[in-house]
Order: sequence, then C-alpha cells, then structure tokens
Amino acid sequence: MLKSLKTAAVLGAFAAAGFAQVASASATLESVKEKGYVACGVSTGLPGFSNPDDKGQWSGLDVDVCRAVAAATLKDASKVKFVPLTAKERFTALQSGEIDVLSRNTTWTLTRDASLGLNFTGVSYYDGQGFMVKKELGVKSAKELDGASVCIQSGTTSELNLADYFRTNNMEYQPVVFDTSDGTASGFDAGRCDVLTSDQSQLYALRVRLSKPDSAVVLPEVISKEPLGPVVRQGDDQWFNIVKWSLAAMINGEELGLTSGNIKAQKASSDPNVRRLLGIDGPKGKGLALDDDWSLRIIEQVGNYEEIFERNVGAESPLQIDRGLNALWNEGGILYAPPFR
Amino acid sequence: MSDPEHVSHKKNATPSLVKEALRLWRDASFRPLFMQGVVVLVVVMLGVWVINNTMNNLEHRGISTGFDFLSQEAGFGIIQSLVEYDESHSYGRTFVVGILNTLLVSGLGIFFATILGFLIGVARLSSNWLLARMASVFIETFRNIPLLLQIFFWYFAVLAALPHPRQSFALGESVFLNLRGLFLPKPIIEQGLLPVMVSCLVAIGLALFLRSINQKRRVETGKSISGAPWYMAALLAGIPVLTWHLSGASLVLDTPELKGFNFRGGISIIPELGALLLALTIYTSAFIAEVVRAGIESVQKGQKEAAASLGLKPGKVLTLVVIPQAMKVIIPPLTNQYLNLAKNSSLATAIGYPDLVSVFAGTTLNQTGQAVEVIAMTMAVYLTISLSVSLLMNIYNKRVALIER
Amino acid sequence: MISHDITMIPAREPPARAVGVMAWVRNNLFANPLSALATLLIAYSLYLFVPPLVQWAFMDATWFGESSSDCSSDGACWAFITARLDQFIYGFYPEEQQWRADLFFAQLAILIAWLSFKVTPGKKWVLGYSLILMPVVSWFLLYGDLLGLEKVETHQWGGLMLTLLLALCGMIASLPFGVLLALGRRSNMPVIRSLCTAYIELWRGVPLITVLFMASVMLPLFVPEEVVFDKLLRALIGIILFQAAYMAEVVRGGLQAIPKGQFEAFNSLGLSYWQGMIMIILPQAMRLVIPGVVNTFIALFKDTSLVLVIGLFDLLAIIQAGLNDPAWLGNSVEGYLFAGLVFWVFCFGMSKYSQRLEQQLHR
Repeated sequence: MLKSLKTAAVLGAFAAAGFAQVASASATLESVKEKGYVACGVSTGLPGFSNPDDKGQWSGLDVDVCRAVAAATLKDASKVKFVPLTAKERFTALQSGEIDVLSRNTTWTLTRDASLGLNFTGVSYYDGQGFMVKKELGVKSAKELDGASVCIQSGTTSELNLADYFRTNNMEYQPVVFDTSDGTASGFDAGRCDVLTSDQSQLYALRVRLSKPDSAVVLPEVISKEPLGPVVRQGDDQWFNIVKWSLAAMINGEELGLTSGNIKAQKASSDPNVRRLLGIDGPKGKGLALDDDWSLRIIEQVGNYEEIFERNVGAESPLQIDRGLNALWNEGGILYAPPFR
Repeated sequence: MSDPEHVSHKKNATPSLVKEALRLWRDASFRPLFMQGVVVLVVVMLGVWVINNTMNNLEHRGISTGFDFLSQEAGFGIIQSLVEYDESHSYGRTFVVGILNTLLVSGLGIFFATILGFLIGVARLSSNWLLARMASVFIETFRNIPLLLQIFFWYFAVLAALPHPRQSFALGESVFLNLRGLFLPKPIIEQGLLPVMVSCLVAIGLALFLRSINQKRRVETGKSISGAPWYMAALLAGIPVLTWHLSGASLVLDTPELKGFNFRGGISIIPELGALLLALTIYTSAFIAEVVRAGIESVQKGQKEAAASLGLKPGKVLTLVVIPQAMKVIIPPLTNQYLNLAKNSSLATAIGYPDLVSVFAGTTLNQTGQAVEVIAMTMAVYLTISLSVSLLMNIYNKRVALIER
Repeated sequence: MISHDITMIPAREPPARAVGVMAWVRNNLFANPLSALATLLIAYSLYLFVPPLVQWAFMDATWFGESSSDCSSDGACWAFITARLDQFIYGFYPEEQQWRADLFFAQLAILIAWLSFKVTPGKKWVLGYSLILMPVVSWFLLYGDLLGLEKVETHQWGGLMLTLLLALCGMIASLPFGVLLALGRRSNMPVIRSLCTAYIELWRGVPLITVLFMASVMLPLFVPEEVVFDKLLRALIGIILFQAAYMAEVVRGGLQAIPKGQFEAFNSLGLSYWQGMIMIILPQAMRLVIPGVVNTFIALFKDTSLVLVIGLFDLLAIIQAGLNDPAWLGNSVEGYLFAGLVFWVFCFGMSKYSQRLEQQLHR
C-alpha cells in the first residue's frame, strides 16, 4: 500500500502539475509544435560542439544543428531546449522521449543504428580518433606509444578503438579513464597519462584548455572513422526526414553559395537549384509537413554549413580546425548532401 | 445524531450484505487479513505494471534484453585487475574484475580507517588539551565535507604532488613513486610454494595451541609458562624458515623498471587507488572516531578508577579495561561505518578507479546499452554484501546479549 | 554559652603551580612526558603549516580579477570565486529572474530563524508550512509558468540553489514515507511488516550512486511511454525513494523509545490505530527523533553532491565546470576549498543544532 500510495502520489502530483510531459513516439513534430520547442540532447560541455557560456547560452556545431531543426519546424531558431547529457544517458534520454534530437558528437555505428532503437539522420561532422602527446616526449607516430598511459573518456567508441589499435599493433597500454572529456584533459595536463586519445576535433578543443596548449601536439595517425551526426528515435519517419533534410539544407546552402547574409537577396535568383532550396519551386515543404520557407529560415537564422563550421570550430574559433574531410565534395572533402529535387 | 432511535432505525435499514461486510470489517481477526491481502495485491499489481511497462518499452524501442551480453567480448582495457584480464575477455569478466576491485579498496579502507579512527577517537578524549582539540578539529572538518569533494581534492592533490615517471622518487633500486603510481618489487616464489604455505599453517596452529595451554594454566594456577611469547615467536618464524631451506624453495624479486614511458614489472598501486583510499580512510575515520569516543564514554567512570587504583598505567587501563568493555557499544555502529565505506567506495567512478560501478555500471553499461540488467546486477552485489554483514552482526549481537546476562 | 575566641587563619593562596595559566598549561599540555611530546609535536607542525597557509590564503591572495592571469602566483586566486559567485549560487538561472532564487533563499532563512528561536509565536503553523507547502511553493516559485512568472526550465537550475533544493525536497518528501514505513515495520501484520522491512533493507543496502543511475537511466523504462520526467525530477524521485528508507529507521528508533504503556493507554481509551498514532504516539516520537532527522539531513545534504555523476550542476559540479574554463585554469585548490567551506558551514551548523536539541531532550 505504501509503495503504491507513494507512486500514485508522485505520479499524480507531478503529472497534474504538468512537469511530466507527454511525448508520443509516433508524432514528434506535433508534440514539438505543441510544446513550442525542440528538446535537444547535447553534451555537458565540449567547446566547438556544444558548450554553455557563463550565462548558460549554448553554442557549437551540434547546437546549431538543433537550432536549424527549430528554425524549420517552429520558425524560430531560438526555440530549443538544450538538455545536457552525459555519455551514459544520451541514448536512454532519446529512447524515453525526453529529447527529440540527440546532437551530441555521437558516432554512427551499426550497433547504435540497429539495436538501440535509434536512427542516425546523416553526418554533420566527419571525425576520426587521434592521439595527442606532450611535445617533450618527442613522439612522432602513434606506433611509438608502446607502454604508454592513455587518458580516455569511459564508455565511448574511442575506448574500443584504442584497445583494438594497440592489440593489432602488439603494443601495451594503460587506460586511465575519466567520466568527462574535461576530466581527460585535466588528467593529461597533470601528467597522469602520456597520451590523450579522442576524436580529433575534441583533441583540438581540449588542447585549448591545457595550461600550456603549445606543449602538446596531435599525432598524424587517425585510427578510426567517426562519422558524427544527429540521432532520432526509430519509428517516426516524418521527424527522421525533417532532421535529415535540415542538415542537408545547410550543406546544400553552402554548395549554392547561400549565406545568412545574402539569402533574402537570392530569393530573386533564377538559378533553379537555388529556387528549389528556397522553396520557390520544386518539392517545397509539403513532403515534410512543413511550410515552404523552412529551408530559407534555416539558412537565414542559423547559416549554411560553412558559416556554422567556421564560427564554431574553424578559423573564427579558438579551435582552428581545417575543413579537411569536412570540405564539400567538390572542394576536396567528402561532405555530400542529397539534392533538393 | 444524538437520537438513538434514529441511529438504530438507520442500522436496521441497511441491507444484510452491507451489515455483514461491516461486521467483518470490525472483526479484529479478519481486518488485518483483509488489509494485508489488499497490500499484497497492490504491490503485486505495481510490480506487474512496472515489469510490463519495462518489457513494452524495451521491445518498442528495439533494445535487446537478456544476459547474453555477459559472454560477449568486452574489447576495452581496465587499468587494474586482480584476476587476469585483457580486452579479449568477456563482459562477464569485467563484472568479476569490478567486484574484486571494490572489495580490495573496501578492505584496505576498512583496515586503515579502523586504525586511524581508534587513534583519533582516543586522542579526542586525551587529557592533553591540544591533542584533544586537534582530534576534534579533524573530526568536525572531515565529516562535514562531502566525500566526493574530498575524493576530488585528494586526487588532485596527490597528482599535483607527484613527479613524472622519469623523475620518480626512488627508494633504493626497486621502489618508485611517481604520477603513475607506487611501484614495488613483486616476490615470486619459484618452487616449493606449497610446503612453505602448509608449514605456515602448521606453525600458526601450534602457536595457537601453545597460547591456549598457557591461558588455561594461568587461569588455574595464576602463573604463565615463562617465556611463552618467545616460544610462540620461535614457532611462527622457525618452522616456515626451516621448511623453506629444506624444500629448496627460491624467491625471485620482480623489480619494476623504467621502460619507455612507464615502469614495467613488479606490483603497481595506481594513484586513483591511493587517492580513493586516502579519502575513504580519512572520511570514515572521522565517523569511527566519534563511535569510539561514544563507546569509551559509555564505560563507567568507576571502572577506570578501579583499574587505576589497582596500579595499572593509563595506557593499560585503556587497553585492558576500557576498550574491551567499550567494544560492545562500539561494534554495531562500527559495522555500520564499514558498510558505509563499502557503499561509498562506489564514488570511485568519479576519478576512474575501476571499481564495480565504474567498470561494470559505467563502461560495460555504456558499451552494451543494457541498463536494466547491468544496474540490477550491480545493486545485487552491494545488497548481498550489506545483507550478509547485517546477518553476521545480528548473530554477533545476540551472542553478546546472551553473554551479558 | 561558652565562647571560644577563635581567630581563623586567613586561607592561604594556593601554590602558584596549582592555579592560573601556568597550572593549566602544566595539567593540560605537559602532564607527563608523552603528553609533553605530543604537545611539542603538534605545536611544531602547526607552526610549520599555519603561517604559510594564512600567508597564501589571505596576505598574498588576489580577491578580484578577470582571469587566472590577474592572480599573483604565490597567493590564492579567490578572484575565481568572486568572478563566478553568481553562477555558483544560481547555476544557469537567467540573471533577470534571479530575484526568485533570492526569494527562495530568504524564505529558507526566515523559516529557519523562526523555528530555531524560542520566542517566536505560531511555531506549529510555521512548521506545517515548512513541511507541506514550502517545497511546493519553492518549486513553483523557481519553475514559474504560473501567475505570470516566466518559466525557467529545470536544466537551467544549478549551484547552491539546486543543492539546497534537492536536499530540502528530498528530505521533506521522504518524511511521510519514512513514517509510514517505520509504522509498517513495527506493525503486527506480518505481510506489511516484511514488505516494509524488505523495502528499508533493500534501499539501505545499495549506494546512492547506483540509485541515481537507476533513476536517470531505468526510471524512464518503468513508466508508460507517454510519461516523461525531466532529469531533475528523476534524480529527486531516486533521492526520495532512497532517503525514505533511512528516515524510516530514524523514526523507528523514536517509536521504540515510546513506552509500551502509551500504546496500551490509547487502546484502552478506544482510539483506533490511526487516531492513537497520530494523536498520541507520533507527536512524542517525532520530538525524540528530531536530532536523528537532522543528522540524516546532513548526510543527504552532503550526498546531493553525487548528482554530478548524472550530469546535474549542483554546487560541486558547477565549481568543477568552472575549473575547466580556459580563462580560469589552475584554480582547483581554491575551487575545492570554497566548495568544502560552503558545505562545511551548513553541515557543521546543522550538527551543532542537532547536538543542542539532543542535550535539551536529555535534560
């Protein structure tokens, strides 16, 4: 009796008070419109991808993906509720409906796509696992790391890649695990380990916050493929499409030279590709159950892929990451979005 | 409602079924049965509801269930393991590694916290004002700060204080201390291990036998065998050493050596273990000190005075008269503190010491995604530890209570 | 009457060695060689550590600044604390709404002051308010979305505010469950008794951290798919379930201390079980358990720091997050000392309060 009373009281009180939100797996778009915001799962703090400032304002590449979804669905890029998640919680939070999109530097893998009830909507950043070492060790290649202590974030794919890499190269290592990526940086800074391993993008982000950023170098080897992208729940194809195409709109925007600055003027463009992307001609928004301006708003309010890349991780940011793989397909990278047709 | 007739009239009007129900309700032997039935029903329904929801949710979200994952290859490394482990072992093995590491840090923590706790508890009651003050400052400081904070602090402090491997503090040629841990030589007995171990057991047995004879004699005659402790020491040391030589056993020291980045070989104690142990010891000892103080204060003053008037020195009064009596009061809360320490060792996850929560409920959970199974197994381990210690405590308490009478 | 001419010799001064400072020092610091040795050792180590510490923490410290580079290298960098104090107190709570958090703090301070002074009137009502309405009022005050208050999502809550809120809500909400469980454990109905015992032992047997993991990862699976709790609420539910078991044991201790005659008396007066419990037994028992309740509250208050492992930004977590700010690297000691000091002040204050209550009870 006590237990049931308790549960009933807890459920009743909070459900009535409206803290328990009702989420339906089959109609995420409707629930988002009803709530008035997109619930977006982000990291608890990773510079360049999702990081809160002193005021709690979020910025980063992953954050901007969510903003784009909000701009498409709610006509306002600011209508996003950011839910900071640890690596442990991220999938459960999505599965349980606490968040609508997971945009938290999450690697697309078979297991995650197939047996966690999730769908990856595309790739927002092509990453790969690398190593960072102290300059003074004089290490030039990851092959020289036999016997090293390696700082690593627990529960990530990096942990498994690391084990594989050392095993295939017949080397020994000592894993020093931390709960957060910040923890790995502190450990590396304090000298607890010789090497820090993580996705390369993170290595650059973490290097910025070492006490002497210049004392560390990132080794050239990339030991894994880490395609990072936004994730949604399985079973809601409409929502899956919306997130997939929000990302595609930003990439196509860059390809067509549309920026947040020039997009209003481009409305008059006669280029059929531009006209289709802006929803003037072509398939427009109907198939996604959105209005026709959805893609225009994304680029106007958030920007095209180049803008968000440069602002968050590229030249205009402290991370200073090159476009590399993440350049467009026709500019030497592998970024390639399906066409608006 | 003061009109009795009105009441009786109403009563008469109630149908007999309701009346019967009311009678049963007021029946002192039926009502408890009924209430318990209802409670059981509700609890069972709640359980079914929860299980049902969980199964539904898991199925709907396409999450795999069951314990098959335990035999899959884990594929990640663990920095410290008491049993053989590498990436090719299974997730089930990580469970074992985690439990052993938890037991290791709990066992060591209990050992050190008990010693420190008793010392500080006694110091707290010292006649030396300064010493008593310092003990109480220690107690009040460390038990009023969250353990997690202390763990972080010590981990940071330990790391900050230690040198890089190439500038290690060294003690002779074989003991090194640096950021990567404390490295000790590892004794390896190459042959004749079994006879030496057997002879150790024999020596302990003989020594205990001698002690009991000695005690019996003292009770009966008031005199003990002169030099008994020496005989015992001779037995304990002599027999194993003799066997050692006779069986031709040889001992090799595996000394740690700086190779590449780190020391290899020997026994290494990682700084995570050190920091965790330090924090657990200090935090728990502050509580144990209070327990000890309360125990000592519970011993009547007359006992101390009587012992002192027999001419016992203060130290002897404490060890021979006060503490044995205080133990009866001390032991139940002391066990509680031990259990707390074991449970608190789960905070290891915050600094990456590979205990059960960190390895199994952390990494394994993350890699497999099977939260329900993993968390349930983890909780079951702690529950088993707690319940078995409680059971032992209850047995002990009963025995103490009987002896008292 | 025979009168004896007695002149009293005036009492002599006690020997200088038995009174005054010197005697005190002799008796308390140098009573025997061992004691003297201890005194000297402690005094020497205090001399070694305290002056440099004071020098570091006060004399050479930097109190204000914009980043670590403003701090002097030999002293403490308290600028880290002063610059981020707002965040440590309110978390990411929007600045223009922080008056609501202030109101919450003020309410707490007033209630505590009201309840701890002897002379204030209407204690019963104030206590009732604190135990029943206060958590709800505080929640709505902070969450908003009501009476024109702007909604502030719980993931923006943090810092000291969140620590206090978690501890208070966890404590107050677990109290009634704890009482029910304690009564259940002492009930003479075997099924209820064993269920309550099982519940209590189960929760007391596992570490809070696993309970929090459970609440954050498994709780969403236990309820129908449509129901979604936010993260803070999940943590709170975990804390309440856990705390109820500890509370039950404290209350049970109080119930055990009530003489059997009291139970027999209310039975013989014809009061029902609940009437007797509510009117006779519990009021007496609760008075006895207040110190115990305060002690479990202290434990809970310290334990709330564990929510950082599930990604909530309580005081400790937000200080740690601040330590990772590239502008403020290298201030871990200051950060942890500050967090320690705040926790210590609260816990020490409460433990003194509980000791005072205990003494009053035993008088």
